[in-house]
Formats: sequence, C-alpha cells, structure tokens
Amino acid sequence: MDRTILHIDMNNFYASMECMLDPSLRGKPVAVCGRTEERHGIVLAKNYEAKAYGVKTGDVNWEARQKCPDLVMVPPHYEEYIKYSKLARQIYADYSDQVEPFGMDEVWLDASGTSRLFGTGEQLADEIRERVKFELGLTVSVGVSFNKVFAKLGSDLKKPDATTVVPPESWRDIVWPLPVEDMLGVGRSTKKVMERYNIKTIGDLANTDPNILAYRLKSRAWQLVAFANGNDHSVVLHKDYVVPAKSVGHGITTLQDLETDQEVWNVMLELVQEVNRKLVEYKKKAGGVAIYIRDNELYTKQWQHKLELPIQAALSLAREAFTLFKRSYTWRHPIRSVTVSAIALSEESDPVQRTLFADNDRDEKLAKLDQTICWIRERFGKDAVRSASLLCDLKMDTNRVELQMPSGLTTMG
Amino acid sequence: MKWEKQYVTVKLRHDKDGNIRPISVTLVEAGEEQTFEIDRLKQRCRAASTRVGGTGIRYTVMINGKETYLFHEFFENEGRWFMEMPVC
Repeated sequence: MDRTILHIDMNNFYASMECMLDPSLRGKPVAVCGRTEERHGIVLAKNYEAKAYGVKTGDVNWEARQKCPDLVMVPPHYEEYIKYSKLARQIYADYSDQVEPFGMDEVWLDASGTSRLFGTGEQLADEIRERVKFELGLTVSVGVSFNKVFAKLGSDLKKPDATTVVPPESWRDIVWPLPVEDMLGVGRSTKKVMERYNIKTIGDLANTDPNILAYRLKSRAWQLVAFANGNDHSVVLHKDYVVPAKSVGHGITTLQDLETDQEVWNVMLELVQEVNRKLVEYKKKAGGVAIYIRDNELYTKQWQHKLELPIQAALSLAREAFTLFKRSYTWRHPIRSVTVSAIALSEESDPVQRTLFADNDRDEKLAKLDQTICWIRERFGKDAVRSASLLCDLKMDTNRVELQMPSGLTTMG
Repeated sequence: MKWEKQYVTVKLRHDKDGNIRPISVTLVEAGEEQTFEIDRLKQRCRAASTRVGGTGIRYTVMINGKETYLFHEFFENEGRWFMEMPVC
C-alpha cells in the first residue's frame, strides 16, 4: 500500500512571523537581519515584497538596503519563532504521531491509514493549512506524496499557502522535468558533479546508471538515483524521537576580531563550558575535539584531534582545543569566529581502558568539579560560577539564545 | 481603523473541574483604569489575532452588550491576557 506523506513548510518563516506579530509591517518589504554591531549583519529571511526587489538571504545589510531603500529591517526574535514552531507541531500532532521536524519551520508527517479519519492526503493538507492560518496567523505550503523526498519537492512547487499533490500514478510527469537541484540531497557541490555528466533534470538523474556517478558521489549515487525513481522508503520518525547526537559543539562570532592566543584561549574556555554542559546533559564523553576557525577574510578552516581517553571535563576539553589551535593556526589573519566541538562521542557509562601512568584520580576529581559547576549554573544561572580568567573583556556576547536546529538528513539513509 | 494590543488584568474563576472562565477585565482607557464585567462567554478556541498579531486561546465575550475578543497567550502553562483596542 502506498504511504501518505505530507511535507509542511512554513512560508518565509522568520519574515512571516515578524509581519504576523506586527501587522503594521504587512504589505511592506521586510527583512529579518542580524545585528551589525554584533557582526551578524546579514539578511536571515525576507518576505515576498522584499524578494521582488532582489533582496536575498545572506545579503549583507547595506547591500539589501541598496537594493531596496524602503526595506524595513527587523532583528530576529528567536524565542517567538521557537514558540510558534512548537505550536505548529502541536497542531500537526493532532493528526499523526509520526511528525519529524526538518529544521525549525519544516516537518514531515506520515498520515498513512488515516483516510477514514481525515480524508485523503490532500484534504488533510488543506485542513492543516486552514488551521495553521486561523490559529497561528501563518501560512504553510504542503506537499503530499508517497515518500518523503517527493513530499518535500511538492511543498516547494506552489507557495505560499498551497497544497501540491505528487500522486503515485503520475509523479513522473510532475517530478522528472524539474531541475535536479530541486531534489533533497542535491546541494551546490552535488549539482556541479551532475552538470559534468550533463544531468539537468531529475528525469535525467533517474535514467543514469549510478555506477557512473559513484566515481564522484560514492554510495550517495545509488541513493540519489533511487530517490529520483521514487524509491525512498525512509520512515517519518516518531515525534518524540530524538536523533542521537554525533557531536556537540558551540561557536560564536566575536564582537571584535581576536588577535592573540590569550584571547582565543579565553573564548575557547567560555565555549567549552557550554559544550561540556551538553555532554553532561546527553551523558556522553568526547573521544576527540574539533575546532573551526574563521578569519576576518571569511576563510574557514577546521582541525580535529583524537584524545587518548574519552573525557567529559570542560578544562581538559579547552586545553585540547587550544593545543590543537596553537599547533595548527598560523595567525595569518585575525580571527572572526571560533567553534569548539566534542566529537567521537561515547556513552558516559562505557568502560575505559586506563593507562598506567595517567593521574586517573585527578581526572575523576576534575569531572566531578565540572558536574558541580554545571549543576550550580543550571540552578543559579550562567553567571553564578565562572573562571576568573573570563572576567576580563571577552569580546563576545555570552547571553545568547541557544537554538536547536535538528537535521533530518541524518535519517535519510 | 487602527488597532493596538493592550495587556489587561483579568479576574478568573477556576471551577472544581479545572475549567477557567473570565469574570471581568480591567483595562486602561484614556489613562484611567476601568473594570468591565463579562456578561456572557460565547466561544473559546485557539486563534490568531488578525488585528494586532499574536496568538492565544481566544474567548469571544460579551461586555456591555458588545461582542469582543479576549486572548490568553497561553503557552507552556503561562501567559498574559490581551485585548484588541481600537486607536482613535
């Protein structure tokens, strides 16, 4: 039996949210922009009116202003976005327990076998659209199909506030003429590979021998060709399922460029507090550490390093990250942003092979100290305990909203 | 007509079954606090405010014979109450 999968996409989510919260913005070109002072000064989202002026996501603020002098620029309100994202998911959950988020504003919903309750996929999609509009004041586009990839494709075809059905009988007529980059899994670099083989449409891809593409795309070649042929059998995850973390990281664009090792150390020390807090929360240990450094020329480089023993200790993580940094970075340019990640995670309870000469007692003491610090910070706030070395000017804003951006791609395989 | 969002003080009755019913609202009009009794509760549903933005549990109520909306921005067990006020 064919499945009924819906992909629901909230149209221009951030920009629509701002227009919904402040009705005086409606009808005007609006862009949600990061703050220039915090050096996040780019367009994060725009509405259709701004789009008509050629304003693009990722434009620098002044660039957007140049394209559209009347552009209304508003700062992002992440707490509100998260709230409405949750409220929308509550609506979806009325129809199925298989609701899998893909970012903050998109979900897949498996409505197989609910036709006697809610009607066909299309009827259900229309009902959901109406409810979201009435209850939240936002519009969504819905794609209805028999697998996740085509449902997502469908939701992109008609916008805003529309339902698109990609039916099992005639999907080839709809899907195959579309450009290959419209398909989930074909990003910018994959598209380039496809261009080399003169694959322009999804139909071209569907009729390509995956063995040819495998030379460049490895195992993904088979997956993508299967997707193009409608063979995507991945399930829509249960709404309460949490994708296990493969790594936890924390990064920041500093308020001013970092110019010395000491400044980088301070920032890293601050970042690992959060990384370690997440490790404690997920009950994981880090088997390695990775750092991402972006310099003020916007050139990003990444290094990683395996640890001798898995650890869950902020100070040790910071030391490892900093050692890695000192060894790798040559200070050609000042640094704009720093991210520290704990990688190769293992369970906290996994047994560990000790080494003969390491000071195991000390490690255990440090771990306990960190857990206590986490506990104090959780109970009394982030500023209740902090390293003395971090009392100086950190060149960073330490009170940011943490966003969870779940990635659905991890489950596509 | 232009509208603005005004947060209001609401007197509620929680009955033994856990139902909530607004009894009166206190709002500021021309710089003065005024309390209005709610004569009748007509409908209760989640809805967005098309006039002033935002969403909540929307109570359609009768005050002094006039129908109006009272919103409870209920989310994760808390939230303020607001009304849509016409701006002259």
